[in-house]
Amino acid sequence: MPANGAPTKITQGYRTKGGIGESTLRPDGTLKVTGEFAYSSDMWHEDMLWGQILRSTVAHAEIVSIDTSEALAMPGVYAVMTYDDLPTEVKNYGLEIQDTPVLAHGKVRHHGEPVAIVAADHPETARRAAAKIKVDYKELPVITDEASATAPDAILVHENRDDHHAGHVPHPNIVHRQPIVRGNVEEARKRADVIVEGEYTFGMQDQAFLGPESGLAVPEEDGGVHLYIATQWLHSDLRQIAPVLGLPEEKVRMTLAGVGGAFGGREDLSMQIHACLLALRTGKPVKIVYNRFESFFGHVHRHPAKLYYEHGATRDGKLTHMKCRIVLDGGAYASASPAVVGNASSLSVGPYVIDDVDIEAIALYTNNPPCGAMRGFGAVQACFAYEAQMDKLAKKLGMDPVEFRQLNAMEQGTIMPTGQPVDSPAPVAELLRRVKAMPLPPERQWESSEGADVRQLPGGLSNTTHGEGVVRGIGYAVGIKNVGFSEGFDDYSTAKVRMEVVGGEPVATVHTAMAEVGQGGVTVHAQIARTELGVTQVTIHPADTQVGSAGSTSASRQTYVTGGAVKNACELVREKVLEIGRRKFGSYHPAWATAELLLEGGKVVTDGGEVLGDLADVLEGEVVEVEEEWRHRPTEAFDLRTGQGNGHVQYSFAAHRAVVEVDTELGLVKVIELACAQDVGKALNPLSVVGQIQGGTTQGLGVAVMEEIIVDPKTAKVRNPSFTDYLIPTILDTPTIPVDVLELADEHAPYGLRGIGEAPTLSSTPAVLAAIRNATGLELNRTPVRPEHLTGTA
Amino acid sequence: MRVNFTVNGRPQEADDVWEGESLLYVLRERLGLPGSKNACEQGECGSCTVRLDGVPVCSCLVAAGQVEGREVVTVEGLAEYAKQRAEGGCATGACGTSLDEAKSWQAKGSDSQTGEGTELSPVQQAFIDAGAVQCGFCTPGLLVAADEMLERNPNPTDADIREALSGNLCRCTGYEKIMDAVRLAAARQSEGV
Repeated sequence: MPANGAPTKITQGYRTKGGIGESTLRPDGTLKVTGEFAYSSDMWHEDMLWGQILRSTVAHAEIVSIDTSEALAMPGVYAVMTYDDLPTEVKNYGLEIQDTPVLAHGKVRHHGEPVAIVAADHPETARRAAAKIKVDYKELPVITDEASATAPDAILVHENRDDHHAGHVPHPNIVHRQPIVRGNVEEARKRADVIVEGEYTFGMQDQAFLGPESGLAVPEEDGGVHLYIATQWLHSDLRQIAPVLGLPEEKVRMTLAGVGGAFGGREDLSMQIHACLLALRTGKPVKIVYNRFESFFGHVHRHPAKLYYEHGATRDGKLTHMKCRIVLDGGAYASASPAVVGNASSLSVGPYVIDDVDIEAIALYTNNPPCGAMRGFGAVQACFAYEAQMDKLAKKLGMDPVEFRQLNAMEQGTIMPTGQPVDSPAPVAELLRRVKAMPLPPERQWESSEGADVRQLPGGLSNTTHGEGVVRGIGYAVGIKNVGFSEGFDDYSTAKVRMEVVGGEPVATVHTAMAEVGQGGVTVHAQIARTELGVTQVTIHPADTQVGSAGSTSASRQTYVTGGAVKNACELVREKVLEIGRRKFGSYHPAWATAELLLEGGKVVTDGGEVLGDLADVLEGEVVEVEEEWRHRPTEAFDLRTGQGNGHVQYSFAAHRAVVEVDTELGLVKVIELACAQDVGKALNPLSVVGQIQGGTTQGLGVAVMEEIIVDPKTAKVRNPSFTDYLIPTILDTPTIPVDVLELADEHAPYGLRGIGEAPTLSSTPAVLAAIRNATGLELNRTPVRPEHLTGTA
Repeated sequence: MRVNFTVNGRPQEADDVWEGESLLYVLRERLGLPGSKNACEQGECGSCTVRLDGVPVCSCLVAAGQVEGREVVTVEGLAEYAKQRAEGGCATGACGTSLDEAKSWQAKGSDSQTGEGTELSPVQQAFIDAGAVQCGFCTPGLLVAADEMLERNPNPTDADIREALSGNLCRCTGYEKIMDAVRLAAARQSEGV
C-alpha cells in the first residue's frame, strides 16, 4: 500500500496492482459466498406487503368480466387492481413498441398474461386471493405459426397498429421484416457446381436465470416510489415505468438489487410496474417474487425459428451464393423482436465471404409466449442453420468440414452482406485451426479394470449401457456476433468517477448505472480505475438512477461501452488531478510542465518513470469528480429494402469443437468435450473471460440436446413451465470446456477489447449437432435433439 | 404454530408460522437468513440446500414443522461449521453457541460493502479464488453440498464431484470453475492449508 510521505525513487516499470489484464477477484465474491449478498428477492422492509399477479389461463380470449370482490374481502388483502385501476392514460409499455398492457384490457393474447394484481400481508394470502378473482374468458382461435398468422382471414394479434414498422411489413401479424440483397443470386447460382438446401427448426429456449424476477417498491414521502430491482438496464425500466405511474422520472428512484443472472430475460419489464402500483395504492412497501412456474411466464424467451437456406459452391470449394429466409416467432408482444430480426438478417451469412446473397428475416406476432432478447440475439438461430449447411456442402464436395470453412472464412476487410466492411481482426480461419489442433479426449474413457464406469457413458447412473451401441462423433462450428446496440441506436454509457484521499490514501470511486448481473463488470470497472488512476483502492458505488444511463447489460456491450465510459471518466479525472499537481508542486520539478505524466502506484510519474510526487499529497484537501457520457462510433439503420448500411459496431468470433458419444439404441447423447477458441481482443480479466466463454458454451449445449419450452400448437399453452420439465444442463451433462483465448486488438475499442459474452453461445449448439450427425449419420434439422430424433421414433 | 430449532448452532424460535410454510421461507423471511436461495422452490435446483441434522436437503421441500427440535446449518453458518469441524469440535453443529460467540457471529462481514475480513471456510475461499462465482445465486447451495461431500470424501475424483453436485443447477459458469474450486478446496484441505 502506498504510504504518505516523501516520493520513493522508482525509475521504471512501476505497475499498479490489480489493473487490467490481471485475474483480479470479484469485489462481491465474499458477500456471495457467505450468503450476505442481497439479491432482489432478499429485500425486506418493515410493514412490507407481498404482491401477486393473476395470469391468464388461456392464450387468446376476450375478457368478458372480472370479479375481484371475493379476493378483496379476504382478511389480509390490502389491494386488488385491474386495468380499470391504472392511474393514467399510459397503460402499455414496451422496449421499442409500446404494445404490452400493464394489465390485460378486454383481451389476453398469450398464456400467462397479467390480468390482475393483489397485495396482501403474506405471500400465501396473496396467492389465494388472486385465485379467488373470477375472470370470464371467451376464447378466440389461436395464431401459432406463419401460416396461421398470414392466412387471408387471420385474426390480427394487434389491431390498428401505428408503430413505425407497421407501414413496411407485408402483414399486420408481422412485427418487422428486414431483407438484405447484395450481388445477383440468380447469376451466381449458375457458377455453382453443388447446391444444398435445408429447412431448419430452432426450439424456444428459456434464459432460466436462477434468481427469480423480484423486487421491492417502497412508497416515498414525496409521493414517489423507490424500486429495488433486478434488471439489465435501470434507465430503460425507468423510462417505461414512470409514465404508467403518472410520476416524473425524478420521483421514481431505482436502485439495482442483486441480480441472479439475466441472459436477456431481464431486458423487458416483469413485476416492476405492478409492485410500484401496489405500493402507491396501499402506501406500504410491496415485494413481489415470482416462483419458477411464474418465471417461465414472466419473461420473454429466445425466438423459436424456422430457417430456409440455399447455398451453392464451386467444385474447388468456394461459396457462390446464399439465399435464406428466417421466420422468427415473436409471440404476442413485440419486445425486442425488431432488433432480433435485424441481427438474424445481417448475420445470416455467418463469418463467410459470399458476395451474392438474397436474405429475408421476419418476426411474427402470434399467440405464443412473447419472445425477445436472449444471449446471442438472432445470431444464434442463424448460426445453427448456416453451420449445418456448411457441413452439408463439405460432405457433398468431399472436403474436410474445417478446411471448407477456412477456405471461405471472412477476414479483416471482408464486406458484409450489408455492405459494411469488417475493419478489425476477424480470425475465423485461425480460430478453427486452434480448436482443431487441441488434443482430442481419449476414446472409451469409461473402460476401467473394474468394468465400465457408467458415469462416463450416455445415460450415466441410469446404467443404460456399458458401451454397447455407443458411437463417437466430432463436429465443428464457428459463428459471428455483433457487439453493442446496432442500426443507428444511440448506444452510450455514463460513468462518474471521483478521486480523493481517505485515511491518507488515494481512493477512486466509480459510480455507474451498469447492471451487474454476474458477468463481472464491477471487477473490470475497478481494474480500469486502478490502471488509469494508479490507485489500489477502488470503491464501486451501487448502481442506481442517481447517475446517467449505462445502457443495457446486453449485446456483449458493457465492458466495451460502460468500461469505455469509466476509462474516459478516469482520463478526465487524471487530467484534473495533474492540473492540481502542477498548481501545487509544478515549481519543484520542471517535468511537471514538460513530461507526459501518468498515475501509477499511488504516485505521479513521468512516462520515463521518474516519480514526481504522491497522489495523496496532490489530492490532499481536494475532491476531483467527473461524470461523463461516452459513445462508441455511430452506426446506421439498415435500408428497409436492400438491407444496406453500416449497422454494426464490432464483431465477435468463436469456434467450437464438440466431441460426443451417442447411445444409438436409446438415443442418449453425452457430450464428452466442448472445446472453444475465441478472439477477445484484450482480456481485461482472463479468469472472468474464460468463465463467460464456458458459461455461454454450456447454454449452447443446453439448446442442442435438452432445452425447449414446449407450446401446445392447438392451444398455444406452455406445457413445461418448471425445472422438472424444462431441463437445463447439470454438472453431469456438462463436459470439460477447454478454452483457447486469442487477443487480437480492435483498434477502435477501449484497450482493443472485444465484447465476448455471446459469441460462445452461437457456435456451441451447431458444433454439438454436427458431432451427433457425425456419430449417427442422421440429418437432424432441428434443435434441441431429443432421443426420439435419434432412434427414428419421433 | 411455533417452531423451535437450532440454526447454525443458535437456538431459534419462529412464531406465527403457517403450516404450509417451508423451512426455506422461515429461514429467509422469519429468521433474517436469506443466504439460502429461492431459485425454483420445487426441489430441482439445489439453491436452497441446507444441512438438516447433517444431511443436505432442499429446504424448499422441508415443511417448517418438520424441523422442530432439529439442527440446521445454512451458508451463513458454513464458515463457523467448517472451523469447528477442523478444530475437532462438533461437526454436526450440535454443541450450540455461547452468547459471546453468537454476538461475534452476528458482527461478521466487517466491511459492509465487500465483506472483506470475513472468515471463510476452505470451500468458500476456493469458490472465490477459482472464479466459480458469477451471479452467485447457485453458490450458497453448491457450497453447502460441496462442503458436505468433502467432509465425507476428502479426495474426490472428478466423477465423484459431478455426482455429488448434480442436484445443484448453475446457469452462469458452465460448471468448469466450480469443478476447479472443489478440486482446489480438496487439495488445500489435504495439504492442511
